[in-house]
Amino acid sequence: MEDIKLIKVKEEILSDNIKQAGEVRERLRKTKTMLLNLMSSPGSGKTSLILQTVEGLRGSLRLGVIEADIDSTVDAEKIAARGIRTIQLRTGGFCHLDAAMVTRGIDAIDLDELDLVIIENVGNLVCPAEFDTGAHKNVMILSIPEGDDKRLKYPLMFSVSDLLLVNKVDYLSLSDFDAATLRKRVLALNPRITILEVSCKTGVGIGSWIDWLKAEVEAFKRPK
Amino acid sequence: MHELPITESILKIVLKHAEMNGVRKVMAIHLQVGKLSDLEDDWIQRYFDYLSKGTVAEEAKLKIERIPVMVRCDACSTSYEMEIARMGELVCPVCGEKGSTLLSGREYTIKQIEVQ
Repeated sequence: MEDIKLIKVKEEILSDNIKQAGEVRERLRKTKTMLLNLMSSPGSGKTSLILQTVEGLRGSLRLGVIEADIDSTVDAEKIAARGIRTIQLRTGGFCHLDAAMVTRGIDAIDLDELDLVIIENVGNLVCPAEFDTGAHKNVMILSIPEGDDKRLKYPLMFSVSDLLLVNKVDYLSLSDFDAATLRKRVLALNPRITILEVSCKTGVGIGSWIDWLKAEVEAFKRPK
Repeated sequence: MHELPITESILKIVLKHAEMNGVRKVMAIHLQVGKLSDLEDDWIQRYFDYLSKGTVAEEAKLKIERIPVMVRCDACSTSYEMEIARMGELVCPVCGEKGSTLLSGREYTIKQIEVQ
């Protein structure tokens, strides 16, 4: 019987995606367009937040949206109806976006005319966290009905995000969600995350989100 | 669900190294996966068995080593392991400070392959 040999490989499994994500980031640095990756479970309010953002940024920042959906165009249609440049990516059953798909999205947009592009990732707290999209900032939404224990179940999502938006705070009085406990659990895992409480329905906290966004875009555009 | 694209990447990298080394058969693949990463061992093996049919890596076993989540205290630089499912705050066991930087736990690496 032949001997078994060991060959050292030492390669990142996702090296192709990491490389391509770096290329996306670099390309958008040149056009001074900040790319923001928005992630959450289905139904937690990604599209509602984008619709609020469209209004909040009107007249100040030029916004584009890349919509990822497994197989529908309803979200993209809602956003395009507000006069926003919207690109629909159909992931065809895939549970997340990767840098190759995002590249196709930004290929279809005139980046020179935009300050900010928001990617609405596929609704899912697991897979999108594993794949670098090339975004400069990662933002996640957790809504009150989902419960304050989600950081224990989906730690990676909370650890890769720069901002956590706790949405549907108008439901707080109806639920046993403990916002202080959530904050403590999230900050233990990711001390650098910013946490904002919002309601896309009542508009509470949306001003703070818009302020955060404007400050981030400004910092991004400032020459280093 | 993301096990499929991950498995495709693993197979691509393994076949590249197998070809470079003139390998006849890949017996096993050693992976290092951080405990922060989600990966179902059973599924990834099932996908691998399917995708690798007819290649030199057919029937190779995936051996997954889980890498603990290690953080370094921002105040005193002590490195310590973090339990993800812990309910409370994360404090340094030496100085009691809260701030920390992630050192490991997000790995997704092919370490080595066993070949004939």
